[in-house]
Amino acid sequence: MTTLLAYVPIFPEAVLAIGAMALLMAGVFRGERTTVPLNWFAVGLFAVAAYLVIRQSGGPVSLFNGSFVVDAFTRFMKVLTLIGSAVAIIMSFGYMREVRLEKAEYPVLIVFATLGMLMMISANDLIALYLGLELQSLSLYVIAALRRDSMRSSEAGLKYFVLGALSSGMLLYGCSLIYGFTGSISFPAIAATVAQGNVALGLIFGLVFLMAGLAFKISAVPFHMWTPDVYEGAPTPVTAFFAAGPKIAAMALLIRVLLMAFPSIFPQWQQILVFISIASMTLGSFAAIGQRNIKRLMAYSSIGHMGFALIGLAAGTEQGVTGIILYLVIYLVMTLGTFACILSMRRSDGMVETIDDLAGLARHNLPMAFALMLLLFSLAGIPPLAGFFAKYFVFLAAIQAGLYPLAIIGVLSSAVAAFYYLWIIKLMFFDEPADRFEPMLGELKAVLIAAGIFVVGYLIIHAPLEAAAESAAKALFY
Amino acid sequence: MPDWPILTAITFLPLAGAVFILAIGGTDEIAARNARFVALWTTFITFFVSLLIWAYFDASTAEFQFVEKHDWFGGKLSYHMGVDGISMLFVILTTFLMPICILASWESITERVKEYMIAFLVLETLMIGVFCALDLVLFYLFFEGGLIPMFLIIGVWGGKNRVYASFKFFLFTLLGSLLMLLAIMAMYWHSGTIANLCTADELARGITSCPTTDIKTLINDVDFPVNMQSWLWFAFLASFAVKLPMWPVHTWLPDAHVEAPTAGSVVLAAILLKMGGYGFLRFSIPMFPLASEAYAPLIFTLSVLAIVYTSLVALAQEDIKKLIAYSSVAHMGFVTIGLYTFTSQGIEGGIFQMLSHGIVSAALFLCVGVIYDRMHTREIAAYGGLVNRMPIYAFCFMVFTLANLGLPGTSGFVGEFLTLLSVFRVNSWVAFFATTGVVLSAAYSLWLYRRVIYGTLEKASLKSITDMNLREIGFIAPLVILTIFFGFYPSVLLDVMAVSVKKLVTDYQGALAAAEHLNQLAQR
Repeated sequence: MTTLLAYVPIFPEAVLAIGAMALLMAGVFRGERTTVPLNWFAVGLFAVAAYLVIRQSGGPVSLFNGSFVVDAFTRFMKVLTLIGSAVAIIMSFGYMREVRLEKAEYPVLIVFATLGMLMMISANDLIALYLGLELQSLSLYVIAALRRDSMRSSEAGLKYFVLGALSSGMLLYGCSLIYGFTGSISFPAIAATVAQGNVALGLIFGLVFLMAGLAFKISAVPFHMWTPDVYEGAPTPVTAFFAAGPKIAAMALLIRVLLMAFPSIFPQWQQILVFISIASMTLGSFAAIGQRNIKRLMAYSSIGHMGFALIGLAAGTEQGVTGIILYLVIYLVMTLGTFACILSMRRSDGMVETIDDLAGLARHNLPMAFALMLLLFSLAGIPPLAGFFAKYFVFLAAIQAGLYPLAIIGVLSSAVAAFYYLWIIKLMFFDEPADRFEPMLGELKAVLIAAGIFVVGYLIIHAPLEAAAESAAKALFY
Repeated sequence: MPDWPILTAITFLPLAGAVFILAIGGTDEIAARNARFVALWTTFITFFVSLLIWAYFDASTAEFQFVEKHDWFGGKLSYHMGVDGISMLFVILTTFLMPICILASWESITERVKEYMIAFLVLETLMIGVFCALDLVLFYLFFEGGLIPMFLIIGVWGGKNRVYASFKFFLFTLLGSLLMLLAIMAMYWHSGTIANLCTADELARGITSCPTTDIKTLINDVDFPVNMQSWLWFAFLASFAVKLPMWPVHTWLPDAHVEAPTAGSVVLAAILLKMGGYGFLRFSIPMFPLASEAYAPLIFTLSVLAIVYTSLVALAQEDIKKLIAYSSVAHMGFVTIGLYTFTSQGIEGGIFQMLSHGIVSAALFLCVGVIYDRMHTREIAAYGGLVNRMPIYAFCFMVFTLANLGLPGTSGFVGEFLTLLSVFRVNSWVAFFATTGVVLSAAYSLWLYRRVIYGTLEKASLKSITDMNLREIGFIAPLVILTIFFGFYPSVLLDVMAVSVKKLVTDYQGALAAAEHLNQLAQR
């Protein structure tokens, strides 16, 4: 009994792992007739896992010789990831029916990917890091190519796989260098070795490779090339899923690695982050302007947002990390809300995905146009919506850390980014209507309304979130 | 003084009205009618409630009154509202003009009426908030949030070239404001280094750094180093110069004015522009006195250029709205000159000029709206001889034209006169060039009037034009009365602001003297 109790911290992961296998069995034996119940079962798994995560409390607990850690930070990020995955599954029902893609492997793969994300978030050594990351990535490669009969989807999956494998290779190479120069794989042990002083060039090389691998996962420039193609090619609900959970998990991992294993060489990785952040913000803003496909546009938008979020990490302070955590929460909500709209861009002859199809939406479906407008203004960071506060607190941390050029370039690129968000609003509100969309499905409506209320109401309902984010950040700075 | 949160009530009443309109159902026609009435009543009630603050206002103190303060975002920000003699007048100006805007849109807006009224009411909330906010970030929220409804008002209900105009308006203003936002953050962290900002309670808990964005604290208790003041001053200038607008970043204004619907132009000219001038008064001058002193010549230069250049440009316009827009830029030049003289007289002149311009330019745009609704063109050449058919209109238009050129006896005179008087003592060359602006404004205003109103009525399309109806007289008459009333009796306004302005000037001089003293100590 006591041995079992010791494993309580991994119960959420255990539930997902066992549940995923059960789903796999059910899918194999019952075929495609049971896809809808299977999807709901997966959502139920996420809910149970989230409940178990919330039930955990107290300071850092580590398991398996310190390779798996649970603290306030992991709890927060895990709940966020689980919400992202659950909502992504719920949003997929209508689309999958529409394109006749009701496959049993979809929920199975999502659950496996989410399991990988939870492991990433809790990873406390290089092996666990790699295990979680690969479990997640391999599942994602397959999901991207879920529509086997579609060229674009297969191409997206293949592209993602090839580039992803390359980045995994770099990451592994980095890990091996770090191990070689510090003699340890555990983050605290690495930190102790690095803190002693002699920082070898090889170690820095390892760090750079490690960061390159992780930058690929959060699609930060210059490792972003896969993002627009995969976002465009993958089935839309899958894109929504990609934009949500994986980004959050990879960001959590990046935060933990840098702050736990390399706190004493902060100046070294700060420069890299400053560069990545500036490059992502500017590229995300400028490249999105020319996009006509809304999924590609969202890809560039997410690149830009990751750049903004990284500002908080580049500051390297507790405020900065609190800022980045809140940024991820707000980003998650805005992204899921926007994808609920994209998934509703459905005409009688199928799904459409160019931004021009949104023209005149305000005439046909004012509530949807209005909610999407709020989300877009929020993505652009216009007050008093949630997106403004997200940016405000990361920039506040950057100013405190004296990163003035970063902050100035950041605000300028957010003004550029405002242009393309405004352009969509212009299409919806100022232009003559295109053809009508089919009515919105109930579940998408619910997601959209929830997201709309969140971005408007954030200035009133922020307090509990903020408190949780602060205690999460504190866990990394004890 | 009432013990309920009166400023919050005024600020959010229009928002409540907007939510109410959102809930209106029924066919388009019924919904439109109800939306109009709800909007009208909401703005009227807001106006009457706002008159209460004037009634309860104590003009003998420069302290902020009707103060409400609550911590927000865990104490990092605060919901802090309050008005002094300066901001109170702008609040009243806003609430006074809004019912007029709603009335002016009564018949000219026929499409998407519900959304239009919602946009206007939300805009009113944000505009009142700007003038009441006593926390920099809260101010920024209102200041920047106003872009959203205004963008939609120009873009959805505007003229032919509305997309270009709305984007230009939004992006210009956003870019300027973002730099101000960074400055606000820098100020926040700087105030954290000041030891005596913490309350006894915080000190007892071992907190020694209490950064704040509270405007009152930043004005009274925080001194910024000279270098930092310069940077901050320029960052704030970026925002306010665009908003005011000052030459050379005024180019969005003519476009926005021309394309916006009448009521949109009114709000833009009468209230949104004033936020720039208000910003100088509330932030730049009291918070960065040394930088303000150092860069006053820059402001004078830009203002004089604005006055002369835009007045000349106004002469060449063929579109009535564009002409008035350029004349607005010129008039705002007087405002900045007045404010940067740092004398009571000049600042009072600047504020008075803003209030007067708020009434007069609003009225001029409304007048254009009256004939635009009938003829659907703003070309000057399309009109002529209107006095024959529209005598009441001709009279009203004349009053506002004369006020626009600053005729004694109208409100336009008082502000310009006080400004010129005070700047003459500071720098007579500036006064000289600014005065040419007065002459030029007479030229373009009278010429506009002659071309539109006088002459014989020749154009066939104008033969059947009708004079103003009761509704139009209803919203123009109060403006006529106020224009003349404030021309003869400006002390109604000047007395309210006097003490607050005096404190501003005294504090400014105190800061300069302190800096001088420090310099002397350093030299010794």
